[in-house]
Amino acid sequence: MAGYLPAAAAERAAQYAALGLSGPEALYRDVPESVRLTAPLNLPPPQSELEVRRTLEALAEQNLRFRTILRGAGAYDHYIPAAVSRIASKEEFVTAYTPYQAEISQGVLQSIFEFQTMICELTGLDAANASVYDGASAAAEAVAMCRERKRTRAVVSSAAHPDVISTIRTYSFGAGTEVAAAPAENGVTNLTGLLDETTACVYVQQPNFFGQLEDLPALAAQVHAAGARLIVGVNPAALGVLESPGACGADIAVGEGQPLGLPLSWGGPYLGFMAASQSLMRRLPGRIVGETRDSRGERAFVLTLQAREQHIRREKASSNVCSNEALCALTASVYLSLMGPDGLRQVGEQCHAKAHYLAAELCRLPGVSLRYPGPFFHEFVTDLPEPQKVLSALEARGILGGWPVEGGLLWCATEKQSRAELDEAVSIVKEVLDR
Amino acid sequence: MKLIFERSRPGRGNDLLPSLDVPAAPLPEKYRRKTVPRLPELGESDLSRHYQALARRAFGVCDGFYPLGSCTMKYNPKLGEGAAALPGFTGLHPLQPAHTVQGAQAVLNWTERLLCEITGMDAVTLQPAAGAHGEFLGLLLIKAYHHSRGDTGRTVILVPDSAHGTNPASAAMAGFTVKNIPSTPEGLVDLEALRAACGPDTAGLMLTNPNTVGLFEKDILALTALVHAAGGLVYYDGANLNAIMGVARPGDMGFDVCHLNLHKTFATPHGGGGPGSGPVGCKAFLAPFLPGSALCRNGGEHSIGQVRAFHANFLVVVKALAYLLRLGNTGVAEAAHTAVLNANYLKRKLEKAGYTAAFPGLCMHEFVLTLEELKKETGVSALDVAKSMLDAGIHPPTMYFPLIVHEALMFEPTETESPETLDEAAAVLAEILRRAKEEPEALHAAPASTPVGRPDETAAARRPVVRYAFPEG
Repeated sequence: MAGYLPAAAAERAAQYAALGLSGPEALYRDVPESVRLTAPLNLPPPQSELEVRRTLEALAEQNLRFRTILRGAGAYDHYIPAAVSRIASKEEFVTAYTPYQAEISQGVLQSIFEFQTMICELTGLDAANASVYDGASAAAEAVAMCRERKRTRAVVSSAAHPDVISTIRTYSFGAGTEVAAAPAENGVTNLTGLLDETTACVYVQQPNFFGQLEDLPALAAQVHAAGARLIVGVNPAALGVLESPGACGADIAVGEGQPLGLPLSWGGPYLGFMAASQSLMRRLPGRIVGETRDSRGERAFVLTLQAREQHIRREKASSNVCSNEALCALTASVYLSLMGPDGLRQVGEQCHAKAHYLAAELCRLPGVSLRYPGPFFHEFVTDLPEPQKVLSALEARGILGGWPVEGGLLWCATEKQSRAELDEAVSIVKEVLDR
Repeated sequence: MKLIFERSRPGRGNDLLPSLDVPAAPLPEKYRRKTVPRLPELGESDLSRHYQALARRAFGVCDGFYPLGSCTMKYNPKLGEGAAALPGFTGLHPLQPAHTVQGAQAVLNWTERLLCEITGMDAVTLQPAAGAHGEFLGLLLIKAYHHSRGDTGRTVILVPDSAHGTNPASAAMAGFTVKNIPSTPEGLVDLEALRAACGPDTAGLMLTNPNTVGLFEKDILALTALVHAAGGLVYYDGANLNAIMGVARPGDMGFDVCHLNLHKTFATPHGGGGPGSGPVGCKAFLAPFLPGSALCRNGGEHSIGQVRAFHANFLVVVKALAYLLRLGNTGVAEAAHTAVLNANYLKRKLEKAGYTAAFPGLCMHEFVLTLEELKKETGVSALDVAKSMLDAGIHPPTMYFPLIVHEALMFEPTETESPETLDEAAAVLAEILRRAKEEPEALHAAPASTPVGRPDETAAARRPVVRYAFPEG
């Protein structure tokens, strides 16, 4: 039955009869006749499951899957352990709603509580929420958290991801927050002369869009001296080896959780995470799960601090967030639990080592050099001749090369690429440059 | 049950990665982490059982009837799950060259066209990740439109008092002042109050139709005309589109901009709270303001910017497209008809069982009961009745919403339930009503059979514990 209607037509006729109705038209008598459709919509006719499957498979096959991906720029190709998608696709998790009924939703609530704890551990901060839509919207929500009556200005690093900067600007257009851009010098953020008594917060990214590591403790000192708050957008895959934002002085840490076990999926669904110091906990947007006791004295979990939220506070809520990315957060929790502290450290070490190997090998080629002098994590920008020709040659061999940035290429390597894959890519670049 | 951290033992883990095959290159000391994050340490077998235990303590549409009003908890077809897992979709980097993602782009274009046809709008963006995200974006379109005309004095968004909480919250985020419009005793927008509220400061009206009490705003054409006459725009909250898809279109009723919830109306699963998808549709004059991506998508000529990175919650869109292709032109309307039929069928049964509907007569896809009288008579509240349903394996309806109905329970059965499921639910609720009168104490103590009893929410909020406290040492 099209429409996944379990009841046979005759059974539905009996339901109409039980209501004393002649048929569907009788249900819609409040809909003005002038807006009632008189013919079916201009959509394709119903199709069998097999036909739809064929159509979608054909669409999937029209895309090119690169066998080696050396491009990051906000979405990262990591190894996803087999257990991750198996566990995260359990139907009870997939088909549940937001856990409003705590007594039958302890599984979902506990998984969120565990996720919040893991995010706190990674970021070195005190409280995390259940997730928001993605890293960009998390950054924009964090900026909104910092706004005060007399501090209505946000300073955003130009070395942050362009989509994140643009999202912060869009949210700020809504809120009436002024956004100032902090320039990137030598690939890192320079805040000189930008902070004043109207500055509510500063947003920087670690590692930043160019892969460079920011000197977070120094930035934090500058920001706090001006009485503003520091928001750090961080790549969680680095946090097995990289100092946590909290330890560097961040007041809020946000980020894109995709590297934690979520497939690239052409950009979504991904996972925005947010963590804050204790004093900012009640300003966090969205769902937060808390621990309590049930009527029998047992440990139980509930959605808590709901006085911040839209369904209670309406226009006075801290945000409008309702649905978030719960299943993606669950996926990230499974990934982090499988990896453990040692696995995540290995991911970080291997990303760092492979990117440095790739950078060194590329820079041995004539005309190729690193654009920025500072330390980097797993992304770096090279200047090189003929970047488009390089990308085309790589593509012809199934390799997605670096993202074009102002005449150069922003490369990325992770634990997923073998030395052989990196060597092959370098040899293709060499072929192009030798021509 | 134990938290995953309580199952952790030092030194356990899963060697998942090969050893390093390039020279080691340690991070400079200055940037290196000084303390190890306390992630769980356990083997895959124990981990697998942990999550299975959590799954047993969750309740999905796969477990039973889920008549959660305003949430459209219909069945989530497996076809969509399979399609969204195709490697030709999951393996795509968002910044691949356009000529390598023609199939993915076609999924978006095709879905946009289908949604335009269903809503009667001229353009659709699939960028927002949820309904509230779509509301925020839609309101920014309205704001940008007024600003583009130099009409910056339009600072007020009108919202009925029966609206979803996200409506006023989204309006506030977009920088508007919210003015509430009262409802009539019949549960509809008070036309005279709306007329009085409209003025030169009106930026727009947000409206759900059918509204949150499950009634179609029969004066819809007059409502939208009033707002337009005042120079405002009208926003359609598509949370309740399931009642009227294929029957009538917001674009034909005078709405200028709308959002839809693919995770409600178009059968994509809700994931315990996301990922969803909240596409926004608009009339042609608003299309120049639609969002893009700084890195990979062109927005409209006067784009408001963007509300997230990259393209869309793409895999959710794939599932919705699978659903739409399966239903087709006739299936869409048949789903709506059956959703409304099921709601009326269940409503009639509950009224016969002795429950009081907040509004009499035919409803759309959902209806609201008021348990005010029952509470006065027996002390049994809407909460008690909802918690008693848990013991019968039924997910309770939405409680205490909309705010204009006292002791409200809001039921939305959806079209994917059989008559006998509705009959059984009606029988369960009839029995609960009988017990409310004979043994109210038992209902105050419900549920009795769930993994935990009623949690102490007050204590949770007063002294928030939002992360695990690791034992010292």
